Amino acid sequence: MNQPQTIIDKLWRAHEILRRDDGESLLWVDRHYVHEGSFHAFGRVAERRAEVTEPGLTFGVADHYVPTRGSRRNIANPELARMVRQLDENCARHGIKLFGLDDSRQGIVHVVGPEQGLTLPGLLIVCGDSHTSTHGALGAYAFGIGASEVAHVLMTQTIWQKKPKRMRVSVDGILPPGISAKDIALAIIASIGADGATGCAVEFAGSAIRALSMEGRLTLCNMSIEAGARCGVVAPDAATFAYLKGRPYAPTAAAFEQAVEAWSKLATDEGAAFDHEIALDAAKIAPIVTWGTSPQDALPIDASAPDPRRESNPDRAQYLREALDYMGIAPGKKLTEIAIDRVFIGSCTNARIEDLRAAAAVLAGRASKVPGLVSPGSTLVKRQAEDEGLDRIFREAGLEWGESGCSMCVGINGDLVMPGERCASTTNRNFRGRQGPGARTHLMSPAMVAAAAVTGHLADVRDLLDGRKA
Amino acid sequence: MEKFTAFTGTACPINQSNLNTDQILPARYLKWTRAMGFGKILFHDLRFDSEGREKPDFPLNKPAWRKSTIIVSARNFGCGSSREAAVYALYDFGVRAVIAPSFGDIFAGNAVQNGLLTATVTDEEAAEITGSLAQMPELPVTVDLEQQTVLCGNRTYKFKIDPIRRMRLLNGWDDLELTESYRERISTFKAQDKIKRPWTLPREQL
Repeated sequence: MNQPQTIIDKLWRAHEILRRDDGESLLWVDRHYVHEGSFHAFGRVAERRAEVTEPGLTFGVADHYVPTRGSRRNIANPELARMVRQLDENCARHGIKLFGLDDSRQGIVHVVGPEQGLTLPGLLIVCGDSHTSTHGALGAYAFGIGASEVAHVLMTQTIWQKKPKRMRVSVDGILPPGISAKDIALAIIASIGADGATGCAVEFAGSAIRALSMEGRLTLCNMSIEAGARCGVVAPDAATFAYLKGRPYAPTAAAFEQAVEAWSKLATDEGAAFDHEIALDAAKIAPIVTWGTSPQDALPIDASAPDPRRESNPDRAQYLREALDYMGIAPGKKLTEIAIDRVFIGSCTNARIEDLRAAAAVLAGRASKVPGLVSPGSTLVKRQAEDEGLDRIFREAGLEWGESGCSMCVGINGDLVMPGERCASTTNRNFRGRQGPGARTHLMSPAMVAAAAVTGHLADVRDLLDGRKA
Repeated sequence: MEKFTAFTGTACPINQSNLNTDQILPARYLKWTRAMGFGKILFHDLRFDSEGREKPDFPLNKPAWRKSTIIVSARNFGCGSSREAAVYALYDFGVRAVIAPSFGDIFAGNAVQNGLLTATVTDEEAAEITGSLAQMPELPVTVDLEQQTVLCGNRTYKFKIDPIRRMRLLNGWDDLELTESYRERISTFKAQDKIKRPWTLPREQL
């Protein structure tokens, strides 16, 4: 009998072209996504006078530098215009299909890939962006790479990798109302740390994960890099297949049935061994917010900020002091007493239609006490939200309804949080200066951001539900 | 790529855990080309204030460490964004080795591609080296990749590095040339895979 295998082993084996004696493997890449930031890599290709070897497996998306306000046809800022044009030119030169600014399917690469059915179970997917881990939600082996590796993939459609350790994070039980995939992700990172999964590929398993929608799974896998994971993956199941059926680039008819048969075999075999196992009880997860400058600095909303004076480890105390100081939070302050200056709903983590619905459910009929921006994950999500009237809810609450892009998650398109300002954000990184120099970021779910908007401070969304579905 | 063997230099301790690539190179500089000189913007927002003046407390701004070729830091160095420009910034500043208890996976991969060594020591060893440097900032530090050792004062520390990455640095291998030598096996794999997994190809679209 064959040795039982994990989904990670199966995905790895299917892509392994060869394995050298030193243990490094050459892997086949099924999909390669590029964006404006891939210009270093295209430059490398040009230097070598090489060609893109598989343009049909390579897809471009304009997301990092695109404006979310004002004209997108004539970008006012010449530097942003140049970044977007560079991608246009590189894709055109190499015959790469581009979802550019003039395409109604444009959006954030990690939203567009699944949405278009380009991302499929069983694929190996790379992109020069750390949040490529997102695509693992569909049962793909997907990870972020640097510019040298992007160039290598462009020229060879392969990548050198050493097989990571296998970790399983099991979340069982039923999530309480008002708790989302973002809370699960932050709970995991708070529990294992920002390097808790370094060197590992992570399978998310258990009844609470199975019960998540595809969009919830995308949020969860997106955040796996924030625990240091090489990639995150959820075994494909009926929900995955239902999500993919009819997507533009996914197989159809008999080919789809054949694919489903293959995809169904990807799940981890009974008794397969993992190198690390972690378990969480879904029922115990509360709405979570970050208070510090790493995603691991996360606590339930009813907690208080840590107090370095109560910390016996001097290094840890120093870490807490520096983080609290940057964030402008008094030691021991109740999290719900922290006033905010602005909100942001967007990013590859939490800007899909369900995220917008969850935020709108809390905001409906209420006003935001602070300014804020909503940037949908893709132009298709934007259109759907408008069809559902969600844009009106956001606008009536006083928030700005923008176009799709990476926007205020990384701030390089000009959407910035001002120095010293505090932002409740649905994004993935609360690093110092991430949303702009001196910006203070609190990460949380879309419903929790809406709750913060309505109250003007970090707040428990459960107190604002009154029978609303969030 | 240049072969990495051993070298001796000045080491700058930056005792912060989770020093992510956004700190090493802020995102607003990602549109720069390498020719513009990433070295001068290494750790930009930690090194300079909003007026562009040096922050005197940041270790790299202290007289002894202004020309450091080694960085000693804490856990999870280089976590976060996959930006390879973080490695360009370190390298172009003159840094050839980072010593820390752990590294972000993508960063460590990018480092080896550019001839930057990531040397893994324990938390205690990193703290000890940092302590020695605090006492004697100009203490020369020797990093020997062949022996996998860090020599600091009269102490020698054995560091860890993935054996594959070590070989790559020692030999100065170029990934592309290596891959090129397997051209035929890649073609064979591709042909067989098309039959085995026909569903992987994106459906033809207009």
